[in-house]
Amino acid sequence: MSTRMKTGEKAGSSSGRRSFRVAAAVVLSAALLGGCAATRNNPDDPLEGYNRAMFTINDRVDRAVLKPAAEVYRTVLPSPARTAAGNFFSNLRDPWISVNNLLQGKFTDAWTDAMRFVFNSTLGLAGLIDIASDMGLPKHDEDFGQTLGAWGVGEGPYFVVPLLGPSTVRDTLALPVDFAGDPLDAVDEVRTRNSLTATRVVDARARALGVEKTLEEGTLDAYGYARDFYLEQRRYKVSDGETTRVYEDFDDGFEDETSPAN
Amino acid sequence: MKRLLMLFCFFFATGVSAAAAPTPDVLVRNVTNEVLEIVRADKAIQSGDTARVLGLVNDKVLPHFDFRRMTMLAVGRDWRSATPEQQARLTEAFRTLLVRTYSNALTQYRDQTIDFRPFRMAADETRVQVRTEVRQPGGQPIGIDYMLEKKADDSWKVFDVIVAGVSLVTNYRSSFAEEVRAGGVDGLIRSLESKNRSLEAEQAQS
Repeated sequence: MSTRMKTGEKAGSSSGRRSFRVAAAVVLSAALLGGCAATRNNPDDPLEGYNRAMFTINDRVDRAVLKPAAEVYRTVLPSPARTAAGNFFSNLRDPWISVNNLLQGKFTDAWTDAMRFVFNSTLGLAGLIDIASDMGLPKHDEDFGQTLGAWGVGEGPYFVVPLLGPSTVRDTLALPVDFAGDPLDAVDEVRTRNSLTATRVVDARARALGVEKTLEEGTLDAYGYARDFYLEQRRYKVSDGETTRVYEDFDDGFEDETSPAN
Repeated sequence: MKRLLMLFCFFFATGVSAAAAPTPDVLVRNVTNEVLEIVRADKAIQSGDTARVLGLVNDKVLPHFDFRRMTMLAVGRDWRSATPEQQARLTEAFRTLLVRTYSNALTQYRDQTIDFRPFRMAADETRVQVRTEVRQPGGQPIGIDYMLEKKADDSWKVFDVIVAGVSLVTNYRSSFAEEVRAGGVDGLIRSLESKNRSLEAEQAQS
């Protein structure tokens, strides 16, 4: 176990550096592109010209490849198998979630995540069954972008990552660190690693089938809606739900009311 | 014995008044459970029968929503410059859009379960948040929170739905503002109404 983790760490960090360089290059060229493109008025989105183009490309790739694959996956695999697959990949993320909680000083959550991994990996048959949730150990949602946010790093402009979709410059620069902390990245055998990664992506997409239809039907501008959704959700996650919502009354007077989202 | 009887009368009386104007958490739980029970039993809705699911939502869900308030929050400060007639048309168009979209999402409902989070409120509160959590096997739980306001007739009405930390109402604000900037309030009304017409045509075809 320990020697495997060591080689894993090494593989992780070297590919982490590689993907960091790629991410930095992508952010840089996007910034240049965005600077040339006609910008609109949204202060969160100075790179809108580039972002819209990339959003369209991602959407086409999704329709051509990922969505059909996810539909086949959902048709072929019975529901219990998909649940087990989802649990398996979710379990693999818990150690990294634990590390991020640790980095944010949330020791109780970090301990819970570690316990989840221990129980689910053993009693939960290598993570296929999420018995930890039934034991009262709740699943958390953390990543390095959130950790940076918790440390006070600003999110920077909104940024659509090729293939991966909505992000910000901060969250994009955090991605290589997340990849390095990903146990799948530590699998040395290339074919196993690739097929596990592909299954994880398709499994995640299968869970979100129908979202693109809601986005298409329910909005006047799918791009803008997806952007604002992402930004608000990230702010909510970084603050662990402690955001304050403002509900103004535009009917009478000019007084803005506020209400905490307890 | 007499005391027991009084206690019984007390329970009965509070039970009756709760039925007349349920507290917000009870309201959300009852409506959610009732609707999901119907969806679970209805094969037509599960196979995507739009008319049927619209009927269900119209009957059970819509009476508990304040669409005027929701539209106002979605439009933002441009609401002030809209005439009462424009406000009415905006509300109607936005209601149609939301109902159609989220009714369709309801046909996707399968084996998720809903958890109702603990709820507390002070007696004099007029605005509360009821939190629920959708659990899906193998996936991350998703929070769905309802914001409710007490109306003059003592009933509670939902004016915002927050999914995974995002308000489904105010999330429209920047794109609506964009429409108003480009074509005025009438431009936004036109966009919403044409969107609704194209969806209706699409669904009539399929």
